[in-house]
Amino acid sequence: MVRVQSPEMSSLLRASGITKAFAGVRALNSASFDLEPGEVHALVGENGAGKSTLIRIFTGAETPDAGSLEVEDRVVSDYQPKVSKSLGIAVIYQQPALFPDLSVAENIALALESGGIWRKVDWRARKQRARELLEQAGASIDPDSPAWSLSMPEQQLVEIAKAIGSNARILIMDEPTASLTEPEVERLFRVIAAFRAEGCGIVYISHRLEEIFSIADRITVLRDGETVATQHKNQVTREDIIRQMAGRELSAVLPKQQVPIGEIALDVRRLSNQAAGLRDISLHVRRGEILGVAGLVGAGRTELAETIFGLTPADSGKILINGKPVRIATPAQAIGQGIACVPEDRRQHGVVLEMPIASNVSLASLPAVSSRGLIDRKAERELARGYMGQLRIKAESVQSSTGTLSGGNQQKVALARWLATNPAVLILDEPTQGVDVGSKQEIHKLMVELAGRGIAILMISSELPEILGMSDRIAVMHAGRIQGVLSRADATPQKILSLALGHDLGHE
Amino acid sequence: MATRHRREISIAFAIVTLWIVMALAAPGFFTAANQRDIWMANMPVLIAALGMTLIILTKQIDISIGSQFAICGVAAGLLAKSGLPLLAVALAVLLSGAALGAINGALVAWVRIPSIVVTLATMVALRDGLRWATQGAWVEELPRSFQWFGLTLAASQAVTASIAGVLFAGVAWGLHNLAAGRAVFAVGSNENAARLAGIDAERVTFWVFTAAGALTACAALLNSVRFNQIPSNAGLGMELKVIAAVVVGGTAIRGGRGTVAGTLLGVILLGTIGPALTFLGVNAYWEKAIQGAIILAAVGTEAWPTRARTHANESGGRLGRVPA
Repeated sequence: MVRVQSPEMSSLLRASGITKAFAGVRALNSASFDLEPGEVHALVGENGAGKSTLIRIFTGAETPDAGSLEVEDRVVSDYQPKVSKSLGIAVIYQQPALFPDLSVAENIALALESGGIWRKVDWRARKQRARELLEQAGASIDPDSPAWSLSMPEQQLVEIAKAIGSNARILIMDEPTASLTEPEVERLFRVIAAFRAEGCGIVYISHRLEEIFSIADRITVLRDGETVATQHKNQVTREDIIRQMAGRELSAVLPKQQVPIGEIALDVRRLSNQAAGLRDISLHVRRGEILGVAGLVGAGRTELAETIFGLTPADSGKILINGKPVRIATPAQAIGQGIACVPEDRRQHGVVLEMPIASNVSLASLPAVSSRGLIDRKAERELARGYMGQLRIKAESVQSSTGTLSGGNQQKVALARWLATNPAVLILDEPTQGVDVGSKQEIHKLMVELAGRGIAILMISSELPEILGMSDRIAVMHAGRIQGVLSRADATPQKILSLALGHDLGHE
Repeated sequence: MATRHRREISIAFAIVTLWIVMALAAPGFFTAANQRDIWMANMPVLIAALGMTLIILTKQIDISIGSQFAICGVAAGLLAKSGLPLLAVALAVLLSGAALGAINGALVAWVRIPSIVVTLATMVALRDGLRWATQGAWVEELPRSFQWFGLTLAASQAVTASIAGVLFAGVAWGLHNLAAGRAVFAVGSNENAARLAGIDAERVTFWVFTAAGALTACAALLNSVRFNQIPSNAGLGMELKVIAAVVVGGTAIRGGRGTVAGTLLGVILLGTIGPALTFLGVNAYWEKAIQGAIILAAVGTEAWPTRARTHANESGGRLGRVPA
């Protein structure tokens, strides 16, 4: 596996001034990144900083709006996944994408072998090749075993074997250690070291700062789609990195106002849910209070909402509503106890696009607009009309199909459905994800109004400004647990990120 | 409004066109006797199709209804021969149909086996079970009180038509006005959202299959009183006829969208076209091909807007994923 390397080559991969916008939202703004032969270059940044978009541009899955990309000092144009592969770029995703019903050898062969679809397969050579590559990847896996029978780390090793086999010069690893145990991480690091010794470059994305400091040579921090800094790891400390990731001013003025805070409405005590990966969660929200729940993707925030709401009932622990212990095993029971939950991803879980607005609004409170199962359509329309005015939903009438509305208005319809249940506790999961700026502000205003009416709000958000701007208190989750709770006055972006990355605040 | 009922309007248009063609080409098609035959033959199809509409609205399918139909028909005949009064026979048959539907429903809802697999299994098992039990023998020598409900032919036809009419109106009204009907649409179009809204999706699925079983039983009962013998292989291929009518009637095979009015029109169109072609002297083999073409055309026109919508969803989804 010795590769010839031209001595004058200075960088394997160089991206400069990369800009990419989706529907007017800038995901990358003149970002730059370069990778030298034989180095591990870590890429860090909080949720939505633009890491994934940058990777997708490296692999050719997205075309940048502006900027240039050079591979081995040659400018590449008309970049596509195929081109990226031929240039020796391989990506190992957090969730390996193997064909579960094919054997390991076949999976590897699919990525490497070429030729017509009617060619005869040389099974012996195919297996032999797979065995060699797996060995180089440091894996002891039988090439005949079906991919579904492999553990997550084994699947990653197969992906690495594929990368070795394709003579990849540039290896992009997206959170490769997220599901690995200590010894598996060590083994992976040995494989990475071998790659590096060959003169390959590795782009290493991770939220685990310890890991980054042990494996990376250089660290680049992305924030809001811009490259904040690229530095040698000996020149910076963990605290510097966290500051670079977080350091931003709150640009938008959020309409948060202080409202009287009352009794504890939702009290969660030592809640665990093994299937959802939640351990020992305790938190409470008072009437009129907005509790922000922050954390990185995968920290278990949505799972927490689903557990409280009875979608994936808890294994142990207690939930108290207004001081009374309640049993919640289904969403219907949660609704009965006065809990409402506006889910993330409204198209998947929120609104029923085929239905008119009126039916969407009444869906969770049908008993209120019907008697003995018979829907009072006039009352239903009245209900919907009321919320349409109150939430300023822009639509022709309550009979308009929900699918024709804008994202912000759909989100308001979802919100209306849950307000119609007169909840004591309102769970909002990413309430302003993917809605336009105007609707966002209206939803924030509405949250304040609702808190003012004495509703306890638990708001999950990946946006730090929203968390900092709207919350009275902030619970930060990490790996299925509450890592810490901050008061509004105490909270800073640095502290939240520190907690989200799994650190304690003791030594700040 | 017009856009919402586009499908119903276009089928109604097709039916009228067909009638006009028949009126010009073969006026004999409209004799009372011929029309009565056509309509009466399709009453059981309509009633079974009402149940199928509910099932497809919840994004499921039931291909075992032909077997259910056969069992319920034979059961009706045997019970009538045993001397049970007509009302008791009817009740028992409806309950058995509901029970057969409930088996499907429970397996789909709680054991979580895909409905196509469950009902494929019950289709074969029920059909072969019946063949084994009856040894292929037909039920004959039905008591006088059973055939035509013990009435005159005309009166029994009036009874059958009224029952079908009442059931049709009932299902249409219920889907529109009952919370249960709303739940059917919600589960069919977005099960996740329905669940979050507190709807017990499993229960809805179970009861839809159960209701469809009872409706199929009713269809079998009304069909069995039409003749003086009941074949043990009744209802072969009925599932295709019924599903075709529902789909042609505009109910989305992906669930969540459709009306029983459309189903009625689908039954009329597919029920008329066969006899019409026979009347025109078209070879019987062409009949199936033309029915197939109608189904493809119907589903094709549905696929078009669906595809456009999926694209909109994709771009929307991407927008949703953009970090703000």
